[in-house]
Amino acid sequence: MSEPLADVTGIKAPVYLKYRFTAGSAPARFLCRLKEGVLTGQRCPRCSNVYIPPRGSCPACGVPTEDEVVLSDKGTIQSFTIVSIPIPGNPIQPPYVVANIVPDGANISFIHLLSECVNEEVHIGQRVQALWKPAEEWGHAMDNIRYFRPLDEPDVPVERIGKLPVTGLEG
Amino acid sequence: MVAAELLSQHFELGFTYTRSTGPVVGKFLTGLREGRVYGVRGSDGRVLVPPAEYDPLTGAALGEFVEVGQQGRLLSWCWVSEPREAHHLQQPFAWAMVQLDGADVAMIHYLEAPSAEAIRSGARVGISWAAEREGFITDIRCFTLLEGAAP
Amino acid sequence: MREIAVVAYSQSPCVADAGATNEVELIMPQLQAVYSQLGLASAQDVDFVCSGSCDYLQGAAFAFVAGVDALGAVPPIKESHVEMDAAWALYEAILKIRMGHADSALIYGFGKSSPGELPIVLSQRLDPYYLAPLWLDTVSLAALQARLLLDQDLVSERDMAAVVARSRRNAMDNPLAQLAGEFSIEELLAEEHFVAPLRRADCCPVSDGAAAMVIATVEQARAWGAPYARITGIDQRIENHNPCLRDLTDSVSTRQAAAAAGVHRGPVDVAEIYAPFSHQEILLTRALGLDDSTLVNPGGGVLAGNLMMASGLSRVGEVFRRIVDGKAGRGVAHATSGPCLQHNLVAVLEGA
Repeated sequence: MSEPLADVTGIKAPVYLKYRFTAGSAPARFLCRLKEGVLTGQRCPRCSNVYIPPRGSCPACGVPTEDEVVLSDKGTIQSFTIVSIPIPGNPIQPPYVVANIVPDGANISFIHLLSECVNEEVHIGQRVQALWKPAEEWGHAMDNIRYFRPLDEPDVPVERIGKLPVTGLEG
Repeated sequence: MVAAELLSQHFELGFTYTRSTGPVVGKFLTGLREGRVYGVRGSDGRVLVPPAEYDPLTGAALGEFVEVGQQGRLLSWCWVSEPREAHHLQQPFAWAMVQLDGADVAMIHYLEAPSAEAIRSGARVGISWAAEREGFITDIRCFTLLEGAAP
Repeated sequence: MREIAVVAYSQSPCVADAGATNEVELIMPQLQAVYSQLGLASAQDVDFVCSGSCDYLQGAAFAFVAGVDALGAVPPIKESHVEMDAAWALYEAILKIRMGHADSALIYGFGKSSPGELPIVLSQRLDPYYLAPLWLDTVSLAALQARLLLDQDLVSERDMAAVVARSRRNAMDNPLAQLAGEFSIEELLAEEHFVAPLRRADCCPVSDGAAAMVIATVEQARAWGAPYARITGIDQRIENHNPCLRDLTDSVSTRQAAAAAGVHRGPVDVAEIYAPFSHQEILLTRALGLDDSTLVNPGGGVLAGNLMMASGLSRVGEVFRRIVDGKAGRGVAHATSGPCLQHNLVAVLEGA
């Protein structure tokens, strides 16, 4: 005879729900240009800040952002971290660098990988540029950019990070 | 400004929750696993099935368990002619509000029936148990209509 | 007690699928509309902001936080959110003003339900041990309720079809409605059942959209110089979450809220009732104690378009609009939340 079962004290109650997510019009326009290898942002008509990726509004002013601007694929490191532990589901082997990068012409950063660098020498204000995948592999995704890598340009002073024109430091 | 292309992506959102039952829900689910149905007696003497942890009238903790019958009366029902993907029965079926013999409130579960025409409010129905029971509400596979029972 | 008034209101059209419009893009046009009604520049010009939404509708975690992007929260603003219909955000904002912590408030609600299967998504707010694992959808729950009413001769299928016919006809003058048209009761009864005893037309459609409102003390409303309607009563009551422990042929919580809000202290020219299913409009009309002297859902109600998490706020907004347009002197707005009318809110609005 088998052992009597213990009283029930818990249940598994997983919830799986299916959705069809739509990107929203501002993100969709951004992703369509990204598929063409172009980074775009949107400018606030009130405070002139340029946002990437755009969501259709200026979160600071609460007004629609409709003025689309083409940005550079060169940028500046605003902050970074060196990841030393493996992340479940992430194929990239540590240690590697994840950075907040402000592309020239924009006023806020997005997060991407930094590579072809000496991790210990990465620093705030460092100039970087996107390394794109071959054009035939481009889709509606940020991983069209394989990673960013250091540029041989002078550092950007902290007070000017996020304020460079699309033409960069010399612009 | 160019009109946006519609970009969309199908995805499944999963919440892999586990839940603690506590003694009252645990007693009920343990009962289901054994093929028995337990209710709890409320402050007004009513037998609540499935059992409530706290009295719906006074909020007092409840714990006087009462085993109830495995047949009952159909208080309300609706006919699902096109089951949704999430539903457990994929042939047309009914949802049933059933007051089990010995219980004073109804419970809601699936009712397997050949057609809507076979069902009448007030009909006698009985529990059809799942072949494998694990201490979950689906240990009751569904209700079925009892043959020859007059409403 | 401080007297509070609705001073601005706007709602988007009810559409079956807002497609490439994210939550911020849904909300912003309605915010801009209420700002322009009052000459405000942004949410910085009100004292408090409160919203209602539910992330499960579109399956986007913390979508309500993204909604703040529509507000312009620099410098930071006083903001709150309810995971409920925005009618309860209105309730919170009224308390805030009554307590003297604000003189004005912006309230908005939004719902993008089209990405998911709404009746199934909403099944997961039921009891997590006994009902949610069965995936008991909201249409089926409402059908169980309708059967109880039909079996007890409290309504007939003909009564239900008459509600639908009136909703569709009223919606013909409502440019924001999703379903409108001239239908006879016979035509509607000739349709086959969907989840019997309900036909498709007995069920509200699934809609995407948003609504926004500004309320303020009467002094602030006068200072802004815009037409307003006073909120002279509001109350909300909740019942047990187990539908079988409630009398589903009545709505006790609606009766109590109506009494506490003072519905019967004067004539009711118009009532906006949040009834997602036709039989519920009949049930709620009775629970609110209304008779033929009251115009019910003159824009078609939610049977003509249902913005989950915003329709309750819109009921208040629609009564406001009729009062400031001079079509009504005193009106009642009702909002509901939860399965089978579990939780109900009633507000009374009167002219300035």
